[in-house]
Amino acid sequence: MSHLALRNLVKVYDKTEVLHSINLDVADGEFVVLVGPSGCGKSTTLRMIAGLEEVTGGEIEIAGRVVNNLEPKDRDIAMVFQNYAIYPHMTVRKNISFGLRSSKMTKAQKDARIDEVAGILGMTDLLARKPAQLSGGQRQRVAIGRAMVRDPAVFLFDEPLSNLDAQLRQQMRLEIKKLHRRVQNTIIFVTHDQVEAMTMADRIVIMKDGHIQQVGTPAEVYHTPANSFVAQFIGAPSMNLLQGVYADGAVTLFNGVTVPMPGRAARAGLPVHLGVRPEDIRPAANGAALLSGTVSVAEPLGPETLIYVDVNGKEIIASGPGKQPPKAGDAIGLGANPADMHLFDAATGEVIA
Amino acid sequence: MTTADTEIRASSAALLEGTRAKQRRSLGQTIRWLILFGGGILMIMPIAYMISTSLKWPFEVYNVGLIPEEPHLENYQYVLEDGRFYGWFVNSLIIATITTISNLFFDSLVGYTLCKFTFRGRYIVFIAILSTLMIPTEMLVIPWYLMSQSFGWLDSYWGIMFPGLMTAFGVFLMKQFFETVPDDFIEAARIDGLNEFQIFWSVALPMVKPALAALAIFVFLGNWTAFLWPLIVTTDTSLYTLPVGLSSFGDEADVQWELIMTGAAISTIPTLVVFLIFQRFIIRGVVMAGLKG
Repeated sequence: MSHLALRNLVKVYDKTEVLHSINLDVADGEFVVLVGPSGCGKSTTLRMIAGLEEVTGGEIEIAGRVVNNLEPKDRDIAMVFQNYAIYPHMTVRKNISFGLRSSKMTKAQKDARIDEVAGILGMTDLLARKPAQLSGGQRQRVAIGRAMVRDPAVFLFDEPLSNLDAQLRQQMRLEIKKLHRRVQNTIIFVTHDQVEAMTMADRIVIMKDGHIQQVGTPAEVYHTPANSFVAQFIGAPSMNLLQGVYADGAVTLFNGVTVPMPGRAARAGLPVHLGVRPEDIRPAANGAALLSGTVSVAEPLGPETLIYVDVNGKEIIASGPGKQPPKAGDAIGLGANPADMHLFDAATGEVIA
Repeated sequence: MTTADTEIRASSAALLEGTRAKQRRSLGQTIRWLILFGGGILMIMPIAYMISTSLKWPFEVYNVGLIPEEPHLENYQYVLEDGRFYGWFVNSLIIATITTISNLFFDSLVGYTLCKFTFRGRYIVFIAILSTLMIPTEMLVIPWYLMSQSFGWLDSYWGIMFPGLMTAFGVFLMKQFFETVPDDFIEAARIDGLNEFQIFWSVALPMVKPALAALAIFVFLGNWTAFLWPLIVTTDTSLYTLPVGLSSFGDEADVQWELIMTGAAISTIPTLVVFLIFQRFIIRGVVMAGLKG
């Protein structure tokens, strides 16, 4: 049985439907990340689960009971906000204990619980401090501590790492993942950063314009994207999409080169996009080259080099060797294995399997 | 001419230019200081005259000299030994304190509601409250008087206090400050299980302490120095507030300025105390932080 379920969830703001019949089942203890560009409805979904937004249509079920009409405090959830939202006039201890106000625990039990959470998050020494005396990472920990102390059925995280610098974000990512392994609570985590989604999630929910585009493990959404949006949204740099036409088990690309794509269920003459990830397209000798063009920029990353190639006015990103990379202005041929390519309907964006 | 000579001359020119720039700066600085000094003198003079007059004998009150010829403290002794003064002082203290507490509570409650709750007519209510700021007190005293009369509040604390228990300015000030409190705090508290009043009281209100301090200073000073309405609504001298009471030191034939100034000098003490207490909160409020750093 799922621990959290969204059934035909709809949200309408001022006669505009922003969330269109969302369905999602989250298992107990699962770490699910909602990811998508701004305005895709991920934060609205999270806020509806929290009870901070009214549900226009559909049902939200937490631990087997419909919570649509319950107050946030009665839903057995805890939320970590983007701005942390730790109360500036209270000490860390008071902030954490705030989540236990309505609990029936004795004072001694509450103190023990606060100390336990502080111990897990490594902030026992900070309990007497006020938020102004803490660093960004420490404030983030306090916010997590305040959520943890109640031991809720579901943790909700609303882009909690977006205000941290890159190094701290990576560190907190790891800490949250370790924490999840330790506490085993269900987590719904919202982010617009696909790297966060890929590195933290058990399953990723990719959203766009109020629709779920795909739900799957990080490997599934990366290697078998359901459509060209998912293909381009997941992975950095984005997947290259090459225009072409499908006919007789092959795709004829915009530059006239034919790539064999046998066994795909598509009608002859269908305009398609051939998707290939930058790491799957590499410099190739002229005879084996799928595309040829001129290097516009080379970005050395150490172990490899990202090569931006101008092919008939279209920019293709390829991967080259870290040592002796090509230079800007060099003529270059690019090759790829058809098995690593993805085929999408150019009109609908849906994958052609 | 050697190279060294050229370098020395070049650097001398630079030094000269630097000195001129410095002179220009110091001239500007001097003008600024003079303006500030002039402003300071204008602000301090009434206070200095108040204290000076309070130390004078009646015969030298109209002498414009700042230093009394024979300074003495008998005016203070007279005023403090006059039983009426304590009564007026206590009246003013009670009225200013209750009015301040009432304003802090109700202005912030209404400001918070108008800021953080969405309801039909919210904007109209806010505009209606704001529009009352455009009506001068002189126009309001007649309806206030008629209300006091019909409620039986003439010659009572209620009568003096009721027009100021809540102010449109305070509502506006608090609403603007509550705008700076991110909704995340309110929502976090809602998830933590607080009811709406608890959120207002325990979360939102402590976060606008600087505004509360500013409002407390404004309201306390405004009520401490209020003259027109307390004068109109009270005829019983035992209910006079300090400004009304002080003005009664004298009659049509003779105004005892030295006693009025003495009373005024004593009455500034509570206002100074209030300012010193709340100023601390204003400064502390600026350094408070609970958001991303």
